Amino acid sequence: MKSFANLVRPYMVWMSMFIVIPMLLIVLYAFTTHGNAVVPLHFTLQNFVKFFDPVFIKVLGKSMQIAVVTTLFCILIGYPIAYIIANVNEKYQTLLMLLITIPMWINMLVRTYAWISILSDTGIINSLLAYLNMGPIKMMYTDFAVILGMVYNFLPFMILSIYTALAKMDKAIINASYDLGANRIQTFTKVIFPLSMSGVIAGITLVFLPAVSTFVIPKLLGGGQYMLIGNLIENQFITVGEWNFGSAISLIMASIIMLSMYMTKRFDRDVEEQAHSGGGKLW
Amino acid sequence: MVGTKRNRWLPTLLVGLLLLFFYIPIISLMVFSFNSSRSLTSWSGFSLKWYTLLFQDREMMSAVYTTLIIALISTMVATFVGTITAIGLSKTRRLIKETVLTVNNFPILNPEIVTAIGLMLLFSSLSINKGFTTMLLAHIIFSTPYVILSVLPKLRLLDADIAEAALDLGATPWQALFKIIVPQILPGIISGALIAFTMSIDDFVISYFVTGNGVKNISILVYTMSKRINPTINALSTIMVVIITLTLVLINILPNLKKKERIVTE
Repeated sequence: MKSFANLVRPYMVWMSMFIVIPMLLIVLYAFTTHGNAVVPLHFTLQNFVKFFDPVFIKVLGKSMQIAVVTTLFCILIGYPIAYIIANVNEKYQTLLMLLITIPMWINMLVRTYAWISILSDTGIINSLLAYLNMGPIKMMYTDFAVILGMVYNFLPFMILSIYTALAKMDKAIINASYDLGANRIQTFTKVIFPLSMSGVIAGITLVFLPAVSTFVIPKLLGGGQYMLIGNLIENQFITVGEWNFGSAISLIMASIIMLSMYMTKRFDRDVEEQAHSGGGKLW
Repeated sequence: MVGTKRNRWLPTLLVGLLLLFFYIPIISLMVFSFNSSRSLTSWSGFSLKWYTLLFQDREMMSAVYTTLIIALISTMVATFVGTITAIGLSKTRRLIKETVLTVNNFPILNPEIVTAIGLMLLFSSLSINKGFTTMLLAHIIFSTPYVILSVLPKLRLLDADIAEAALDLGATPWQALFKIIVPQILPGIISGALIAFTMSIDDFVISYFVTGNGVKNISILVYTMSKRINPTINALSTIMVVIITLTLVLINILPNLKKKERIVTE
């Protein structure tokens, strides 16, 4: 049986080669510039200094802002929907969750591109408005279109993770709350909502992470001039060819994401501890 | 729940609106694949011409071919490597297990674009020609971690004595592996393979950064076409949507039908 432990060895070589080395390469590129023939590598912090230009800081700020707004919308829409689904007849729950997951299986670019024909100046919404002698409203290439595209793409993740937390909740606890005299609102705010926080937190990471780093949705719905941090990285690698600067930006972005995920986890733990110590006070 | 009956129309309305939001783009996409003009917004009559053009479009057909071949090969390799590794992990020392799992999590937790540029830098420092091979390799690399994570929990539930007994009864380790362990963890392997397959079919970001020499999958084609977009993309998407929906419905309905059959026969 112990010999099966050796089966892990090939993957250890594999992952050092294809997971660890690529990460080290990003770090290496971020801290160097093109050297000359004699000294091929030249260590520097120049790539990071370059990023602290108001132009780039603004792009970072905008990305964070769009990602936060997207995440908020996903919670505001996703929570009530997940709550409703978790409370309907079980027969319909599976069907509704299937209906919500089907769009996720369709190519993300195709789904995003479908919005163009709805939002464009001659698109479906503006045609309807023209029919009513209103409009046209400019929607394509605005923040609205980008946020809409992100909410559309990432909302299913939020619904799924909140639904999972609500569905696995012990119904006896909810009934106990009613039996002890709490009304519907009290039961929701004091029992159901705190217990579903783990689902909300999981949903936040599932939405925020891709929302910060995506470059496809802003490019398709925001247009070629629309710059988020993902587009900046794409430009550095594909168009400009500044791999060192691009690596530095990726490193900054990855650190920000790691940090915010760490803080979300901390917050989750704090909430749980508070719930426990709060429960303790009752005694 | 008691007492929810009085305002059932509001939840129904909300869920209805959400489904409308989810499905309107998909339905409009499908409707305009049958449009007789090039327009994606005004209807001029029914036609199947975009479907005919789709099958004549060599660039589009080669993208479909590339996507499917890469998805098939990468799923097979990732499933094999992932399963073997998960079995190894379940028997190995704790320190090794935790180290491997931590590194294994990087591609899952990292934004896709970071994994993508990492691989791009690796392939160019090794001066591998970018194209089909690099794309295939990248797909195997990013899907294997998911297979490992979906097989590992099944191994925890496994009774180690059965494989031990097989070895005592004279089975070779490979026989014990493939005749005893693998059949018991098959559900985990299958769900891992499904994740790997759909992730490969859907991938854009990583493929986009590691490809070259004009090798394109469907996602890259849609991305590079977006300026001169035409309804052949809608036709292709409609076919994909129909296949995916049918598969999902079958997967979800078949087990229920079997359950009913069993109840009937009982």
